[in-house]
Amino acid sequence: MKITREEVVHVAELARLDLDEDAIELYTRQLGEILTYIDSLNRVDTKDVPPTSHAIFINNAFREDKVKSSITVERALANAPRSEDGSFVVPKVIG
Amino acid sequence: MNLCRLTIHEAHTLLTKGDITSVELTSAVFDRIGEVDDRVGAFITLVRDRAMSAAAAADGVIRQGKGGALTGIPLAIKDVLCTEGIRTTCGSRILENFVPPYSSTVVNKLMKAHAVIVGKTNMDEFAMGSSTEHSAFMVTRNPWDLTRIPGGSSGGSAAAVAADECIAAIGTDTGGSIRQPASHCGVVGLKPTYGGVSRFGLVAFASSLDQVGPITKDITDCAILMNEICGYDPNDSTSVPRQVPDYTRALQADLNGLVVGIPTEYFAGGLDEDVAQGVNAAIKVIQGLGANCKSVSLPHTEYAVAAYYLIAPAEASSNLARYDGVRYGFRDKGAKKLIQMYRETRSRGFGSEVQRRIIIGTYALSAGYYDAHYGKASQVRTLIMQDFNDAFQTCDVLVAPVAPTPPFELGDKLDDPLAMYLSDTFTLPASLAGIAGISVPCGFSKDGLPIGLQVLSKHFEEEKLIRVAYNFEQATDFHTKRPKL
Repeated sequence: MKITREEVVHVAELARLDLDEDAIELYTRQLGEILTYIDSLNRVDTKDVPPTSHAIFINNAFREDKVKSSITVERALANAPRSEDGSFVVPKVIG
Repeated sequence: MNLCRLTIHEAHTLLTKGDITSVELTSAVFDRIGEVDDRVGAFITLVRDRAMSAAAAADGVIRQGKGGALTGIPLAIKDVLCTEGIRTTCGSRILENFVPPYSSTVVNKLMKAHAVIVGKTNMDEFAMGSSTEHSAFMVTRNPWDLTRIPGGSSGGSAAAVAADECIAAIGTDTGGSIRQPASHCGVVGLKPTYGGVSRFGLVAFASSLDQVGPITKDITDCAILMNEICGYDPNDSTSVPRQVPDYTRALQADLNGLVVGIPTEYFAGGLDEDVAQGVNAAIKVIQGLGANCKSVSLPHTEYAVAAYYLIAPAEASSNLARYDGVRYGFRDKGAKKLIQMYRETRSRGFGSEVQRRIIIGTYALSAGYYDAHYGKASQVRTLIMQDFNDAFQTCDVLVAPVAPTPPFELGDKLDDPLAMYLSDTFTLPASLAGIAGISVPCGFSKDGLPIGLQVLSKHFEEEKLIRVAYNFEQATDFHTKRPKL
């Protein structure tokens, strides 16, 4: 299956990736090859086969609703590219 | 005697007897790293000062008679496991300066056992790759032939063990990333059953597949490390509550009555002649040790690569959405608006293979394609699991090659992602099924490159893997060979 240039651009937009012209061209070609290979899955009859998203059977994992210690604000912010007054600082969102 | 060559159990005996100290052992390991790592390139980060203090502390514990199997043992950790206070890069620019505020459960367990962490090993960026060439920082070379790949994505850990730059190492396996580099570097690597080892503090790639496991110089060390790292962790909701057995009890000489299945699909066309020869010779040895070998079929094997390369990128595209430049990691500081900051941060922070997989995964999950791609792959995953269930009805374990060829040359498949993906063909099915698998050295190609034998068991039957691998190891001498560096 081929993927079009427009689809690559669209998906990159969804994934918040900026691709330059060379990258768009390269990924369109490579993803086309990969998706053509992946098309082999259509040879498999999966009628009435349930999907598997998790290889091990486990029920919901519950825990006691108890407050536990967590890392301090200072430590949580230690890796922040920019922080101020106990908060993460980001560029303008609107406007 | 060169101390860096020791195994965990050999070093433990000498440490306990007082013949050597952990400070001496750890120094020997760092001397070895100094001697060879500019050629091998196994480590992204080394923590010598920290390691020497940990070694001195471990010596104190041993003197008090309180040492355990790992006390004072120098280990290398794949740079995808969080280590409090030691930067954890995942081989990515986007985490180049990330210093985790906490340690992964596995690292905590190792530190509690007074093991000595020497450093963080190189890997394909976010564990996406089969050659370690996708690291943003450096190339790791195969210690057996410096022009070849060490395998991946745990290539740094496997190369460090093979080159005696540590006593043992920790790797992670999503689609073969422990077993394949172990095979290519001539060491032992075990991917435990999904849910057997906590993933807490393991930077997520594909959450339904990722598992942590040991890479060691022999099977005894593998069993020792399994004893330390396995177990339920309330911090990982996918870890399975169960009694962890003493894996060293599986180190017993005898394969009588064991039924070993040989999946015919793993020996079809495309298998390298030297690999086929090595694996077939290994099967004869196993048969000679009393096992009953028989052919079995895993008919959906040929679809594993296609299913995996939709499922893993789909999960990755979701997991890697967190790298947005807000809370940690790299941020492109030039951007004036938030959305622009996201885009520039991610485009500059991620390497090309990671971007490729994010795009495949986003595509597979996107509106209009979900059922045809992700949905279909998840159904095929069920069929692959059923194949294994059927085979394990009549077999205790399965044996197969780990990789279709010996380690290929650096750069060989770098421009052809599909060719790189196809090199995972024998390790992916077990990953999709969540079952356990081990790679044990079983020979060398004509060019002197290591070949591994893969042994697979059903969920939580790692003892059978260890038993088969141990008997094979004791009957052969491949594990005693070392590369000339």
